[in-house]
Amino acid sequence: MILKLALRNLWGAGVRTWLNAIVLSLSFFTIIWSQGVYHGMQVDATRNMIAMELGGGQYRHPDWDPYDPLTLPEAHGAIPAPLQKLIVADKAVALLLAQGTIYPDGRPQAVLLKGIAPEQQILELPPIAPAAQPGQIPVMIGREMSESLELGVGELLTLRWRDHTGAFDAREFLITTVFSSSVPTIDRGHIWLRLADLQVMLSAPGIATLVVVSPEMTGTQLETDWVFRSQDYLLADLRAMVRSKSAGAAIMYALLLFLALIAVFDTQVLSLFRRRREMGTLMALGLTRGALIRLFTLEGALHGVLAGLLALVYGWPIVYWTAVTGFALPQASQDFQFAIGDRLYPVYTLELVLVTTLLVLVTVTIVSYLPTRRISHLNPVDALRGRRS
Amino acid sequence: MIRITGVCVGLLIAWSVGVAQTQLPATIVQPSGEQLLELIDANMVAATQQSTFSLNIQTRRGSRTIRARSWAEGSENSFTEFLDPPRERGVKMLKLGTQLWTYHPGTDRVIRIAGHLLRQSVMGSDLSYEDLLDNQELLQYYEAAVTGIDTVLERSCWVLDLVTREGEETAYHTRRIWVDRERLLPLREERFGSSGRLLKQTGITEVMQLTDRWYPRRMYFRDMLKEGAGTEILFETIEFDCEIPSHLFTTGALRR
Repeated sequence: MILKLALRNLWGAGVRTWLNAIVLSLSFFTIIWSQGVYHGMQVDATRNMIAMELGGGQYRHPDWDPYDPLTLPEAHGAIPAPLQKLIVADKAVALLLAQGTIYPDGRPQAVLLKGIAPEQQILELPPIAPAAQPGQIPVMIGREMSESLELGVGELLTLRWRDHTGAFDAREFLITTVFSSSVPTIDRGHIWLRLADLQVMLSAPGIATLVVVSPEMTGTQLETDWVFRSQDYLLADLRAMVRSKSAGAAIMYALLLFLALIAVFDTQVLSLFRRRREMGTLMALGLTRGALIRLFTLEGALHGVLAGLLALVYGWPIVYWTAVTGFALPQASQDFQFAIGDRLYPVYTLELVLVTTLLVLVTVTIVSYLPTRRISHLNPVDALRGRRS
Repeated sequence: MIRITGVCVGLLIAWSVGVAQTQLPATIVQPSGEQLLELIDANMVAATQQSTFSLNIQTRRGSRTIRARSWAEGSENSFTEFLDPPRERGVKMLKLGTQLWTYHPGTDRVIRIAGHLLRQSVMGSDLSYEDLLDNQELLQYYEAAVTGIDTVLERSCWVLDLVTREGEETAYHTRRIWVDRERLLPLREERFGSSGRLLKQTGITEVMQLTDRWYPRRMYFRDMLKEGAGTEILFETIEFDCEIPSHLFTTGALRR
């Protein structure tokens, strides 16, 4: 009976009910949509980084600290036998890293040289196409790098480097491949060469800086003195970054929800003020104070349910459409250093929808309940006269 | 710049100082590479020197000039203070052996130049900090041979080829130096990578005679991979065997 009464009262409130529900539904929809966007960023970036950079984990030369470029000149050595076996079995790929300087338009610019076997299948990188002329060394660069240098396939690049003894050398390299990648950490400031070419340039055959294992090797760790970094370890920074951005967005959610809840609270207080005679009549007809409190709380809480339904009506098509077709990201978003493509596909999980729904319903119920506590002190006679107890 | 003027183009300058003081024995018509290098290595260092110089840095965008004063003690230690332009005034550079520090008054910080910072350009010039630290004894690291006679700036020169000795580590695999046969000044030097690519070129374009010695007055240093006419160094004053307070060659002097 209380539910029926609450629904009738809610419907009877007309525009006031709908305004509350709309404001609440906007908060509801914004939270779900933006959390879906963040989740989509993480899913997309994780997938891309695993495919193009991290694989199933990395074995690193013990002297290499990726956060300390000063370690790079010494951080290479012969590949340990267990890792060599994996490479032969096509379950891993060796990479050699070195510092270099290029001279686009005669201006020196520091770059990271990466040597990789052209026939490898572990990372989703295109093979470095061979040079047409014998004696030319082919290199591959990413599209972003190509655009920033204003150099494309068939053009020459002057590169200076130091071999493993510290001696400088320089020569022209032919750009034979430009690849598209959504992982900025393999594109910007990177020059890709064939592993054997870079080893010759450094006068150190057979050396590598790290070995990337295939995703199917995730969770397997070999006995070697090279330092193993698991996929989870390598993705920890990305996850922390998404968590941080998500936490930042929570402030906006809290603000939106607060405004919506204020509206509900205000409605409840107004109802209690204007509907004193109604409360007195109901009590005179035998409704207990507890039942009266439940009635008014339910009326308030139903705003949450109504908001959920409303958000479903206009939000579901938007959520579905963006999840399927994605949306184009502005160029400036590339500066975020997220490994996401040109289009972002939000990912909405059941957990996200349930948690958000629960959050909205619980907070609305609490906010609806708080003003109704006054009913416990209500005198039915005073209420019938329209007076306060 | 810190050997004659400090470190900058140390080898070239040290040469000009040292070789000018030592003459080839009259009996030697054509010295061997080792003999020339011995003369160079033996005379690399002036005991102390103080100089004022200007760097004219020419890039594709234009040129700018920086003036500095420098004190040097042997080939190891030097102290340079930049005087002009106003934005560089007060910047100091200290070289102690193979270590290098800079001080910027704007930030009031002393920074040790090490690792990849050594590859950075000095004040936007064609010189890197590594070039400033390049004060190795050539004979120890290079095999030398006089390969001919050539003319540079209308002066007859020995052509001296240096190739890195087996097992030694050098920044440049080979070097070619044109040494003035009469004044024994290195009028030009070219530095090559192991592939034979010319990487850097230095030279003297103007000399001056002080008492019985010849010294470079105007020199250039050019990174051959970069666009631009390179960096020109003009010595305004040079003084040898002068008194230099020892506290100048301490990191504490950078903040004074």
